[in-house]
Formats: sequence, structure tokens, C-alpha cells
Amino acid sequence: MPPILQISGLAKTYSSGFQALKGVDLTIEAGEIFALLGPNGAGKTTLISIVCGLVNRTGGTVTVAGHDISADYRAARALIGLVPQELATERFESVWQTVSFSRGLFGKPKNDAYLEKLLRDLSLWEKRDERIMALSGGMKRRVLIAKALAHEPRLLFLDEPTAGVDVELRRDMWRLIRELRETGVTVILTTHYIEEAEEMADRIGVITHGELILVEEKAALMAKLGRKELILQLCEPLARVPETLARHGLELRDGGNELVYVYDSARERADVAVLLTELAVAGVGIKDLRTTQSSLEDIFVTLVNGERA
Amino acid sequence: MSGVNLRAVGAIYKFEMARALRTVMQSVISPVLSTSLYFVVFGAAIGQRIQHVDGVPYGAFIVPGLVMLSLLTQSVSNASFGIYFPRFAGTIYEVLSAPVSYFEIVLAYVGAAATKSIAIGLIILATASLFTPLTILHPFWMLSFLVLTAITFCLFGFIIGVWADGFEQLQVIPLLVITPLTFLGGSFYSIDMLPPVWRTISLFNPVVYLVSGFRWSFYGKADVHIGVSLAMTLAFMLVCILVIRWIFKSGYRLKA
Repeated sequence: MPPILQISGLAKTYSSGFQALKGVDLTIEAGEIFALLGPNGAGKTTLISIVCGLVNRTGGTVTVAGHDISADYRAARALIGLVPQELATERFESVWQTVSFSRGLFGKPKNDAYLEKLLRDLSLWEKRDERIMALSGGMKRRVLIAKALAHEPRLLFLDEPTAGVDVELRRDMWRLIRELRETGVTVILTTHYIEEAEEMADRIGVITHGELILVEEKAALMAKLGRKELILQLCEPLARVPETLARHGLELRDGGNELVYVYDSARERADVAVLLTELAVAGVGIKDLRTTQSSLEDIFVTLVNGERA
Repeated sequence: MSGVNLRAVGAIYKFEMARALRTVMQSVISPVLSTSLYFVVFGAAIGQRIQHVDGVPYGAFIVPGLVMLSLLTQSVSNASFGIYFPRFAGTIYEVLSAPVSYFEIVLAYVGAAATKSIAIGLIILATASLFTPLTILHPFWMLSFLVLTAITFCLFGFIIGVWADGFEQLQVIPLLVITPLTFLGGSFYSIDMLPPVWRTISLFNPVVYLVSGFRWSFYGKADVHIGVSLAMTLAFMLVCILVIRWIFKSGYRLKA
């Protein structure tokens, strides 16, 4: 079976001359949650817009479940649902009307039972007869999600889904995304909230300046790039790091009360044991210890800064 | 899914018609009211002094022109608003990302707009019959001109709706182009009544051909030959279709 989304050499230069995408390659397998992480203006929305048919590409190819997005756009687009970044909603239509409209627009026959379940899942059922303009921002966001899911897509794009969204809706959304995945729907979300990617994604792609600089399993990414700090609280403060321990690159903090050891969690685990033995030999007493691990945010900042340097 | 996505066409069409029904005051009552005023002013007040034009009583003579006046302005404003509003509100993304062809998008939006303006044209015709006795010599041609003109000017309106960058631009064309052309296009007079120079200038006004052809279908009298009227209407329609084709091919104002 072809991958749900295959992007090769995707390039976009806007008429202003701005190069939004510089030859992006990306393959997404069905059923995963993929987070596209990047700062504002990195090319996230452009990438999504090209796949959905909102922006014309200047180079490269895109297929959705094997269907080319140009030659076979009907088959490709019927599989895609898009929740845009902007809260662009109708005003005078009711929730039910707009969701039914979306389903028809994507060529699906009426299925009121499905739409009812969808609205109930999104806590919109009570509001089904209300005009959209009477709803709060959070509710409008839910309406956009309902519209995107109205035609039962296999690939759902969420462009900055939780920007300006309250905690409750964010939780609901995460729950919904997980449920969708269980039914085999692939979810691609863009975000600049690391927390979101960390919480949701199976794989993470980091995009900056129109280039996909990294695609990795979330766990592997965090392990590979994860800096760990071992913080040792000493019984007696030290004036300086003993000579015999110099090669470990230790650092004294908190007026000599804490000894900090930075290591790579994946490679050098054995060194921790060596260090502790050597500390004992050197007669340094340890009261307590703790470790901290870098978050995705730290990794991300490191990556993006590295790219700029 | 192959062939035409009729469900999508139906969805957009229904959506647009629902919008018209919500604003029934503005979309139906107001053209009917303004037409009635024209009848009172031109038909009753002035018409008593101008007995006949081309052997047709003046009150009856202006009916085809008045219907055309509403048909043109309504077609342009309905169709341009129909596509402009989703652009303005940002909801156009959904239509552009849907599995619909350009032809289907145009068919749905222009179809809905044309339906509205044809309905208004017929309502005005019915209103006119209350003021003056009407004869329609060629009902088939009358309806054909009504439908062809509505479609053509809805296509034109669609172009304006894609082109417009603000509500002002949306109003400018109907106000500054369509209305003057219609007034000067022989809605209220026969261009034969004009001095020769103005008559020649009038022949560059496309609305002359529409009004003339439409009037011919009522009374068998025309300023220009019916074939020329038909040809001009179809030619203008073709131009609009070509422009719309170019819009979608290039993505003009719809896709970056």
C-alpha cells in the first residue's frame, strides 16, 4: 500500500520571490500522528496548503495514498480534511448546516447519524441549531474541526490547532486526535508549541527556513539529542573540582554545594558509574542526587539555532 | 468518485440559495419596489406625454428595458457577492480544498446567482403586468434571452467577485458601469430616437443588443437585428468564460 502522504522535492517560491519551501521530502505512513514543528514563517502552512490544493507548488510531487494531488486531485482531496489556522467560519449558517455543507462539498452522501456522533464528540450537539457567529472562539474552532471531519477523511491536517485555545478544548482535541488514530486516521499537525508535539506525536519533523532539517521518532529524537544533567548535592562544599576528576568536565554550582555533570543519555551511560566511583575514591561525600533531561523545547532551540549559525 | 461531483455542486447551490432566502427583503423586495417606482415615473407620468414608440405604447415599451436593468444589476451583484464573501471571510479555503473542479465551482455559484436574478426578472415582469398590458410575441426567445443574459452577467459578476479587493470595488462596477450602460442602452427609448452620432456611439454599448433582442421577443420590434443581439450576447458570454478559465488556470486572487 502506498504511504498516505508522499512528498518529494517540494518547492514553493511566492511571486514576491520569497522561497517558502526549498525541496522538502517527507513520507507519512497511515495511522501515525506527525508533528511538524517550526518557528513562524518556517513553511509549515505553505506545505499544508500545497497538499490541500490551496497553494500552487513550484516544484516537486505530492501523492496522497498514491493519488497525485494534481492529476488525481479528486481522489486525493476526498481523503483529506483540513482545519485551518484562521478561524474562518460562516456567520449566518447554523452549525448543522455548515457541517452538512462540508460533507456534501466533499461528495459524500448524507449521513445524519455520523454527523450527530461527530457533533456530540465535539460537544457541539447542543449548539447545532445556533448561528455560528453566536458561538465563542473555542466553539468556532470545534466547528472547524467538525467541518474537516464531516467527510470522514483518512488524513487530517491541523494547522496550529491549539493556538489561542483554552485548556479544556486542548485536552478534548488531544483526546479526539488519539481516537481518530485508533480508527486509522493519520494526523499531521503543525505547531510551535513543543509541548503539543511532545504530548501527541509519534514522529516529529522540524522545519525552518523552508527546509525539513530533521524527521525522527519522538522517543528517538529525545534520546538522541537529549542532554542529561546529573546534579550531585555534596555533604561538604568544595572550593574547586578535584584534579583527578577534571576529565569529566564537572561544574560547581550553588557555592560549591552542587556538582553538575552533563552527559549524553544515549551514549555515555557507563561514565556515570565511573564518575561515582572516582568521587568516592577522591573522598567527596554525596548527600543526594537528581537528574534533569532536556525537553523537546531545548532540543528544538538547539536545532534551530544550529541551523541559523 | 468519477465524473462530476454533483453533491458538491448541490451543496454550494443550496448554500447560496439559502443565503438569498435569508435576505429576501434585500434581494427581492427592493428590486420590485424600485421597478414599480420606474413605472410610476416613466410609465404613468412621462408616458402620458410620449404616446407610442415604434408603435408600442410607452408604458409597455419600457418593460423589457426595466427587466433587463434589474436582471443585469442583480446578476452582477449576486454573483460577485457570492464568490467575494467567502474570499473576504476566509471560508473559500474549504471550496478550494474540496474535490471539485473549477467547472463545478462556477456552475454552482453562477447557477445559484442566475436562478436568483431570473426569479427577480420574472417577478418584475409580473409586477409590470399590473401596470400595463403586456404582449409577448416570442415567449421562447423571451425566456432564452432572460436565461442567457442572466448567465452571462453572472459570469461577469463572478469575475468581479474574484477581482475585487474590497466592498468598494464590488460596488463600483455595477454602479459605474452596468447602470449607466443600461440607462444609455435604450431601456427607456429606442436608439433610433437619438441623433445619428449618439446612435453610432450607442452601438458600442453591449447592453443595447441585449435590450433590443429582449424587446424584440416581446413586440417583434428591435433596434438591431435579433441575430446580432444573440451573437453579441453569446460573444460576451464566451469572453467571460475565457476570463474565468484563465482565473482558475493561473490561480489569480484565489491561489498563491
